[in-house]
Amino acid sequence: MGAHAAAEQASTGAAGAAGTETDSRTRTGLLIIGASQSGVQLAVSLRALGFDEHITLLGDEDHRPYQRPALSKEFLQGTVESESLIFRSNEYWTEHNVDLVKGEYIVRIDKDADGSGVAHSSSGMQFPFKRLALTVGARARKLEIEGGDLDGVLYLRNADDALALKARVGDATDVVVIGGGFIGLEAASSLQKMGKNVTVLEFGPRLVGRAVGEETAEYFLQAHRARGLDIRLNTSAKRFTAKAAGDNRQAVAAVELQDGTVLPAQIVLVGIGVIPNTQLAEQLGLSVDNGIVVDRFALASDGTTVAIGDCANMPNPVPGSEPGERIRLESVNNAIEHAKVAAYSLTGRREEYAGIPWFWSNQADLKLQIAGLCNGYDQTVLRRDEERGKFSVLYYRQGQVIAADCVNAPLDFMAVKNALAKGRNIPADAAADPATPLKTITTDS
Amino acid sequence: MPTVHFTDADGAVRDVQGNPGDSVMETAVRNGVPGIVAECGGSLSCATCHVFVREDCLSQLPPMEDMEDEMLYGTAVDREDNSRLSCQLRLTDELELFVTTPETQV
Repeated sequence: MGAHAAAEQASTGAAGAAGTETDSRTRTGLLIIGASQSGVQLAVSLRALGFDEHITLLGDEDHRPYQRPALSKEFLQGTVESESLIFRSNEYWTEHNVDLVKGEYIVRIDKDADGSGVAHSSSGMQFPFKRLALTVGARARKLEIEGGDLDGVLYLRNADDALALKARVGDATDVVVIGGGFIGLEAASSLQKMGKNVTVLEFGPRLVGRAVGEETAEYFLQAHRARGLDIRLNTSAKRFTAKAAGDNRQAVAAVELQDGTVLPAQIVLVGIGVIPNTQLAEQLGLSVDNGIVVDRFALASDGTTVAIGDCANMPNPVPGSEPGERIRLESVNNAIEHAKVAAYSLTGRREEYAGIPWFWSNQADLKLQIAGLCNGYDQTVLRRDEERGKFSVLYYRQGQVIAADCVNAPLDFMAVKNALAKGRNIPADAAADPATPLKTITTDS
Repeated sequence: MPTVHFTDADGAVRDVQGNPGDSVMETAVRNGVPGIVAECGGSLSCATCHVFVREDCLSQLPPMEDMEDEMLYGTAVDREDNSRLSCQLRLTDELELFVTTPETQV
């Protein structure tokens, strides 16, 4: 997906959807703001459900809707091409009467109580709608320290970020990755594989923050260090220093740590989390609290706008969760499943969001799959097969399995995912033997 | 051009022309073939692109690696001898492939 992609195939574009008339007669169809995983899935699910009104799928990037997960892995390493990240062919969108609008950034929305309105873009275009969907995702959290705006201090959230990183990799010898979360570790592993000297700085006492338990974090720390990655915990950058890069740009040359250590770096990649994009929701007066607040049917506080995926704060979809417990999930699985719920809501059906979240992260030859959410666990069971490089942690709450982190152990992952989906259990005492397939000891309660 | 003939669980057939080098999964998803979900986009993490390959086509396909083999034990519809994950099947120039999609992937 290069910058050259901007002009091509924009054909179905805004012409049909935009108008200068803003009265109610022109307010037809659904406007989906955010050509993201959840935005694409919403359009696809709506068509599968027989929704026959016009759909406009609008994004602010100059690319056709694409898949993000590979940006830190296969795409960065050059083992997949940009074309294979594209979600759907142009023919698909045309056949399904979905207008793709690229490169339009919505700055303001006027909306009436009936849910219809007009969205205004920064370029002055108007997009009238009868119903509105916000699939606006999240943006990378910025590191606000001295030198943070130097050339070569990069983030990795979208395709242009990945292209910018790729463009610089060839000339770089040393890379400092700031943040030992999934993005940081995936990118660090990729860059190391590409021959770079990579150092990972993690502010906290362990890797991957709260997304996994301590055993898994420790496993990844040891595994990455054994593979030659320099990981420094409890470490943060004090400032980035520069050398002149010509044409008045200042390029990063080094990272100075709090203790005075100086690490050379021609690239600094910052991966310290994301902030949900709630600006439009706030402007619309929707309820916002760490994301756009939605109900079990993906409806925002106005009762008509749907908000889904990374930007939405929703009731925890895991069956049996505490009433009132809310959560915001950043994952492909959530983007897809939440979109399906929203598609039902937009077609007049009421289907509560219920499901077992799952996640994956590929780092070097470490293939992590996570089933369920481990928060609130009171017991763990480790399954370790050193010889075959397999490692799993099962999490329990009051004797009931609630989640698992599985590294290179897809059988364990699948067994736990299926057990959770069916409300079954895998007794902890029997699970400890890594030679016993979990599927064979799954019980009905 | 390579062609993949997708038959769904009800017997409906959809023929899709693909590009050499693309996977069967990509070919299906990009063209909106129902019956292939592929949540993980081909990174062997989800087992939702399960297909049954017509027996006489099996020999044209690359052998199965361990990870695919293990993932196939977790498919929504139980695996058969002719089961593959379609993200692992790359199209070659003159390939003509017949696959059936399971009743459900999730």
